[in-house]
Formats: sequence, structure tokens, C-alpha cells
Amino acid sequence: MRQQNGKRMPIETTHCGANGSKPEKSIASPFVQLWFMQKKYGAENAAEEEEALRSKVDEDHWVLDLPELAANESKYELETSFVPFEDLQFGRFSFKGMNPAIEKLTANLQAKKENEESEAREKELEVTDEEMASRYASLVGTIGKKFNTKRNRTSTMEESDAKKRKFLKPSDES
Amino acid sequence: MAASTECTTVLPGDILTDRVNRSGSKKYKLGPGLTVQSEDVVACKCGVLKSKENSTFWIDNHQKRYIPAKGENVIGIVTLRAGDIFRVDIGSNLPASLSYLSFEGATKRNRPNVQIGDLVYAKLLVANRDMDPELVCIDSSGQSNGLGVLSTEGFMFRCSLHLCRKLLSPECSLLRVLGKKIPLEVTIGMNGRIWLRCRSVSETIGAMNTILAAEYTSDENIPSMVEKIMSAMAGY
Repeated sequence: MRQQNGKRMPIETTHCGANGSKPEKSIASPFVQLWFMQKKYGAENAAEEEEALRSKVDEDHWVLDLPELAANESKYELETSFVPFEDLQFGRFSFKGMNPAIEKLTANLQAKKENEESEAREKELEVTDEEMASRYASLVGTIGKKFNTKRNRTSTMEESDAKKRKFLKPSDES
Repeated sequence: MAASTECTTVLPGDILTDRVNRSGSKKYKLGPGLTVQSEDVVACKCGVLKSKENSTFWIDNHQKRYIPAKGENVIGIVTLRAGDIFRVDIGSNLPASLSYLSFEGATKRNRPNVQIGDLVYAKLLVANRDMDPELVCIDSSGQSNGLGVLSTEGFMFRCSLHLCRKLLSPECSLLRVLGKKIPLEVTIGMNGRIWLRCRSVSETIGAMNTILAAEYTSDENIPSMVEKIMSAMAGY
């Protein structure tokens, strides 16, 4: 075990000059705590003090001197029950009206299962948004071509690319 | 079962890493009977290795001792009332506990009417090799949905775990065929217990024999087998 090394930051806010002749410009801590001093002084020292506090916390905190364990996810997922593997049904059955409550329950489960299956099937058949977008993008041009004459076709394509309509300023002649 | 493509018999200790990794899938799901020992997939039961979609594998075997698995529905026998829990025997190494609050509509004031010796159909909420199994008779929304105390009119018998799974699989037609012959109510626990309720004793005996005979009967032979037993029973 070792103690984690943290940077130790000085917390003192007042200190004297090298010769002791003139004190450096600094303010005594009781004044710093006054509310009107907080705005100016607090912002400067907040980060510093926070750092000091964090380093103190780090020093107090003992950790094992071990390399960091790599998060190593297994590609095998273990499961102890047979139920998801063999698609087992709910275990209560009633036939020929022996227990109507159970028959109702079975019918509900069956309906739910069929609903899920049909939804899954629908999803398979459904066109995805991206497919739809790409199809439409190509389709607009294809169908538009149909209504143009041969001569028009080339000209419209050039026009749309090359020439952009601009706002024309009316002339001042009157 | 129809989904499995090929069947191989495996013994405990067989290393199946190559067999499992053959499909080159990214994630595999390993079921009962398979464990992972330092990057190797090892069989820990003897049985038939089955697979589905090339990424899920499990071992199907013949077994009579039930090992609790989370989420399975089992039939238990209430053996003790201790304060606010019931001790329930589910056929595993440890008795399971069932809180009296985990019944539909139960409150502290309004206790469920459960006697010692009653049968309960319950879901395993906690199944851990180091802890007592814990049962509940309600789902997450507080409804029973078929779980709870089974009527005292029925009859319970034991069978192998494999037969229970066979009866519960969607491909097995036995219960449907039997249900066309006689009115009956069946509850199948994953712990190898089957509870039956029919109109008469002879019908119960007939139904029980049919179910027990179904273990080694293939699906296409089931209708003739049911017919045979039911016609033999008709005289009584």
C-alpha cells in the first residue's frame, strides 16, 4: 500500500515580503469573508481552494498499489433456466371448461403471443425510413422526366444546375 | 427443439469451445449444462448438446433432481408457517420461502388463506446457489395471472424434469389431444411435479398414465397412444 501523491497547494492568503520591510498587497482573511469582498476575491481563489481540498482528500484516501483492472467482457452469457431456450409455455392448462379462469388466461396469452408475432412479421416487411428516403429521392426525378419532352429534359437539367434565379432590381427610369 | 440443427452427445468435462465458436458469432448464450472455465466452454452434464440460431447452446438431459433457476414456475408444497413467510418444498436441496404478502390482494391485515400441505404454483424470484430460493405468487404488476394456491381437489405426481419440459414445449401435442378426450385441468411445474384435476378418479388415473407414457413417445405416436389408454379406461 502507498499513499497517493497529490499536489499540495498553499492555502495561505497573506504573506510578507522577502525583507520584511513592506508587506505585499494582500488582504487579511476576515475581510475576505465579507460579502462585498467575495465577488472579487472569491472567484480568484475558488479554483485554488477546491484544488487544495481535493489534494487533501486524495492524501487521506488509501488505495491498493495495483494496476487498473481491465474491463473484460465475456462473449458468453450464462443462463440457468431452460425456459428461454426451448420457448416453454406457461404451465397451466384447462380443457373442456374444467377451469374457465385458466382457459381465459390461456386465450389471453395466446392472443398476446400472436400479436407479437404479427408485429414482428410486419416489421420485417415494413420499409425502413432510409429506404423510403432513398427511393423517393430517385423517384422524384424519374417521374418528373415522364412529363417532359426530350428537348425539355436536357434544358431543365442544365437550368437547375447552372442558372439560379436572382432578384432583379427594377430600373429607376420613369 | 425443432430449431436445433444437429445433436451431439456430450459428457461432463468435454471441452466444447470449438463446437460453440464454429459459427463465428460475436455473442453466445450458454444454457443449463454449460459453463465457462478460463475462456473454455465446458460441459457439466451428460446429455445432448442442442443449439438454436448458431449462437445459443444448451444441454438437454434426463434429470430428476430440480435445481432452482430464476424465473421458472414450480409447484411447491407448503410445509411450515413461520411468522410472515411460508416454507415451501420445491424439490430442491433447500426449501424455498414464500412471503404471505406476495399473493394477489394480500395485505398485512388481510392474510391469504394458505394451510400447511397446500400446493402452490409459484414463480422463483431468487434462485442462487448460495441463498435460499424465494418464491412469489404475483407478477410485477401485482396480479396473480394463474399463480397461487392450487385447489385441494387435484392430484399431484412426480415425473422427470425432461418430461415437464417436453409437455410445455409448443410442439408437444399431448395435452391438446388429451384435452379433446376428457375435461381436465393440468398444472406443470418445472421442478418435475404435475398436478391434475379431472372429474373422476378413473379419469385422473388414465390421464396420469397417458402423461407418464408420453415421455418416450414420439409426437406422431401420441394420438394413437392416448386413444389406446382412453379406450382401455372406458370400461371402468
